[in-house]
Amino acid sequence: MEIVLVGLNFRTAPVEVREKVSFSAEQAQRAAEELRAQGILEETLVLSTCNRSEVYGVRASANRESAGALSTFLSSFHSVRADLLNPSLYHHYDHDAVRHLFRVSAGLESMLLGEAEILGQVREAYLRAQETHLTGPVLNRLFQAALEVGKRVRAETELGARPMGVASAGMKLAERIFGKLNDRTALVLGAGTISEHVISQLRDRKIGRLYLMNRSQEKAEEFARQYNGKVMEWGAWDAALKLPDIIVAAVGVQEPLLTKALIERSMSARGNRALFLMDLGMPRNVDPAVASLYNAYLYTMDNLTEIVQQNRTARQSEVPKAESLVEEHLAKFISWQASVELIGVLDTLRDSLKQRRASFLHERLSGMNHFSSEDREHIGALMDELIEKLLIAPAERLRSEKELRKKIRNVEIIRELYLSDREKP
Amino acid sequence: MNHTFVILTVLAYLLSMGLYVQFLYTGKEMTGRLATLLMFLGLGAHYLALLVSAKATHTVPYHDLQGAMSLFGWLLAVTYLCVEIYHRQRTVGAFVMPVILLFFFAANLMPSRPQTVSPVHGVVFALHVTLSILAYAAFALSCVLSLIYLGEERLLRMRKLGEVVWRLPPLELLERMSHTSVLVGLVTIVVGTSLGFLAVDRNVAEHYSYFDPKYVFTLFVLLLYVVYFRLARTAAWRGARASKLCVFNFLLVVVNFAVVNLFISQHHRYF
Repeated sequence: MEIVLVGLNFRTAPVEVREKVSFSAEQAQRAAEELRAQGILEETLVLSTCNRSEVYGVRASANRESAGALSTFLSSFHSVRADLLNPSLYHHYDHDAVRHLFRVSAGLESMLLGEAEILGQVREAYLRAQETHLTGPVLNRLFQAALEVGKRVRAETELGARPMGVASAGMKLAERIFGKLNDRTALVLGAGTISEHVISQLRDRKIGRLYLMNRSQEKAEEFARQYNGKVMEWGAWDAALKLPDIIVAAVGVQEPLLTKALIERSMSARGNRALFLMDLGMPRNVDPAVASLYNAYLYTMDNLTEIVQQNRTARQSEVPKAESLVEEHLAKFISWQASVELIGVLDTLRDSLKQRRASFLHERLSGMNHFSSEDREHIGALMDELIEKLLIAPAERLRSEKELRKKIRNVEIIRELYLSDREKP
Repeated sequence: MNHTFVILTVLAYLLSMGLYVQFLYTGKEMTGRLATLLMFLGLGAHYLALLVSAKATHTVPYHDLQGAMSLFGWLLAVTYLCVEIYHRQRTVGAFVMPVILLFFFAANLMPSRPQTVSPVHGVVFALHVTLSILAYAAFALSCVLSLIYLGEERLLRMRKLGEVVWRLPPLELLERMSHTSVLVGLVTIVVGTSLGFLAVDRNVAEHYSYFDPKYVFTLFVLLLYVVYFRLARTAAWRGARASKLCVFNFLLVVVNFAVVNLFISQHHRYF
């Protein structure tokens, strides 16, 4: 039983290569089925996200060169030249492959350290592979353990606790004021990339009502359709500003759009309820004097960037804790793997000895006609009993061995001394 | 026996406080649950300590300052737990537990004083005292919540977000929690004060004159909390101003509890 992993990620491959080797859900399943059909892998799972494409598998005993075969397969499956693909690929085997998956699941291998989405993506890939019977006992165990590592890292460390992007930091700050945002109103000014990013964060948090304002009404309407929002007429400030609890401004302007007087009027119109303003424009869209207004909380791009920077440092300090959880689960997995292998080796050894016993008896008793068939059976049974007795004591000692490394070494010794290459499980 | 319960209470409260603080920094759900569980255990032991003390003195534990303070601490813990469960928010525990512990320690460490035995007895009177102390405890809790609000609001305004701000309850939740607590205080003080008048009227009207400066002060405090309750929902006051008023009101409660009771009132000593 050997676990193999071949893949590439944002560290090893540029986006042009990653794009070519990414798998849709349907492609991932087809690739896994083909890998099994071609006898390259016995169990397979393809994990593909925007930052990585990885194929995990348990290789067939007949195919000891599956990593090379996997690389060739990936190259032909995606019609990418091998000389372009191979330098970007990494290959991991057994414990290294397990450790890598656990680190991926924990968010330690993510572009955004500790991001939460990867755990959902691992879960989704696993469930899809499991439903279509592409995984087996080894990958089931491996991915269940990986999901547990991911959950523990998120529950027991601060790795994923703090926002790492400007938009998500802004949303987290809004939650510090309002709590859940599902009954709140947001107004987004502008319809560029930054606005879209913030809208997607607001949608993730199930914002109650979303209003959009943009100089180009057409673009705002496109966003409104896409994100289920309502468009407000550009410039109708007094009407628009009395509605929201959150205002996000990301418009290209030379002078601040939202002046202190304007916000003061709107605060008064809305009963001085708390107002959270995110000014993501450059130059600034909101007059800095707004920050002095009662119950108005203004955060600029610089403020949010500083918070993100602090969070990055804080997350980095959590890495050793997450890594120790990864190592703890790796040791558990190795222990499980060793116990499974021990049973496999002993079963193979028993079968091998019984086969040898049968051929030995057949050879030696062939000229001894005075033995009846009952006698022969009796001798066979006695020899089987002897084999069992000879196996019981070492098997017990192997099972009761507490030290993992010694246990694994002993299994390897039995394998090497008593089994031929053909017989090795 | 009382010593055993006192030690158990201190242990449970101290552990609970430690876990609440840890929960505030780490946000680990299991730590928070353990903190709440230990607070429940502390409440149980604290209750038994009060019971043993009442049995030993053959009277309810509020005829002396120690008893009143201990009962105040116990009722503050009860009120806090109710608010924690109702609002599903336990990060405030790290700030409330020190106050509870402070009162419990003060009650058990200060030298005992002769008891002032009230000529009024009976269930109605006991309810009057208990509800009055419960009202003080609820007002104390609203004060702690308002202080947290003011601190968090200031940090958010100054954009100084350390480790803890991300774990504190949202400002609007803190406001709601404070309102809940003040509402509990208002209801209990109204009922408690009415029961007090009833107890005096029924039993020993001849011992008391119907006027005590404490009545005026209590009604004044009551009025200020009603004003807070009303103002906290208005445009001009909602937010930090209302929280400051809540803290100010509690300072008057402290004056009512300490100065008026000890130096001005003739019939109220420690409640």
